[in-house]
Amino acid sequence: MAGVQFSTLVEVRLRPGIADPQGVTIERSLPTLGVTEVSAVTVGKAIRFQISADDEPAARRLVEDLCRRFLTNPVIEDAVITMEPEEQR
Amino acid sequence: MKVGVVVFPGTNCEADVVEALRGLGGDAELLWHGDAQLPADVAAVILPGGFAHGDYLRTGAIARFSPIMSAVAELAAAGRPVLGICNGFQILCEAGLLPGALQKNDGLKFLCTTTEIVVESSTTSATLAVQEGEVVRLPINHFEGNYTCSEAVLEELIAHDQIVFRYVDNPNGSTADIAGVCNRRRNVVGLMPHPERASHELLGSVDGQGILASVLAAAVIGPAQPATSRG
Repeated sequence: MAGVQFSTLVEVRLRPGIADPQGVTIERSLPTLGVTEVSAVTVGKAIRFQISADDEPAARRLVEDLCRRFLTNPVIEDAVITMEPEEQR
Repeated sequence: MKVGVVVFPGTNCEADVVEALRGLGGDAELLWHGDAQLPADVAAVILPGGFAHGDYLRTGAIARFSPIMSAVAELAAAGRPVLGICNGFQILCEAGLLPGALQKNDGLKFLCTTTEIVVESSTTSATLAVQEGEVVRLPINHFEGNYTCSEAVLEELIAHDQIVFRYVDNPNGSTADIAGVCNRRRNVVGLMPHPERASHELLGSVDGQGILASVLAAAVIGPAQPATSRG
């Protein structure tokens, strides 16, 4: 069993320049709620999981590979990865 | 010689495709996504529409890892006809067998209507029997049909004549009105409209017959020439 567990959050976002019809639709509906202060709405996905690895760079390499091959479609999406080590049990 | 029609969990257009192919005198057989090999007499493959693996994560994202996809990629690499219809097109893009990706429709509407499509090339495995410039009326039925690619990929598609079908009146925001594309070798084709739903007088149109008849013809003709031999 590898050394450290990491709580991982992968935020999948549309790449800059890719149309975001969900974000646009949400933004357009806001004035009907009387909200005019909000702009630049975008919609993505949040994927959370635990991963075990020897250290953080190793864990990050694995998650980056997973993002490239499976969790995102690099044609239209990119990902922001956040990792935190868990207390060992 | 048979056309294999692949069934993933959630595929729902396979019976229509088989029926349409048989109506054209072709021999078709359903193939299960979990099989790692194609039957020896399968000379072409169609990935039909539906919601493979529930469209979870992204359309086609999980289907591309189904065991049969390695065999489909090998068939494509051998120059044999591979056609993806709707969800099948999305799977071929995710698998990297076709360029680009299919995004949510502009306006976030699920579209279920009939569209007019211009056939831009008659030199692909899915358009051999169709006239270039012909306008066909085909049903669409999708939420993620908005064809998206980088500027560089679009330039390549144009340079190599890989845009096979364009919408007359773009319904979903697709880049350059693209309804379907092919690979460089022209044996792998994907399109969002459903030719099998316009394959019999009873369905109100037979405009889709030419596309399916092309796949049958291309399967008989044999492997496509490698891409390098074309300009």
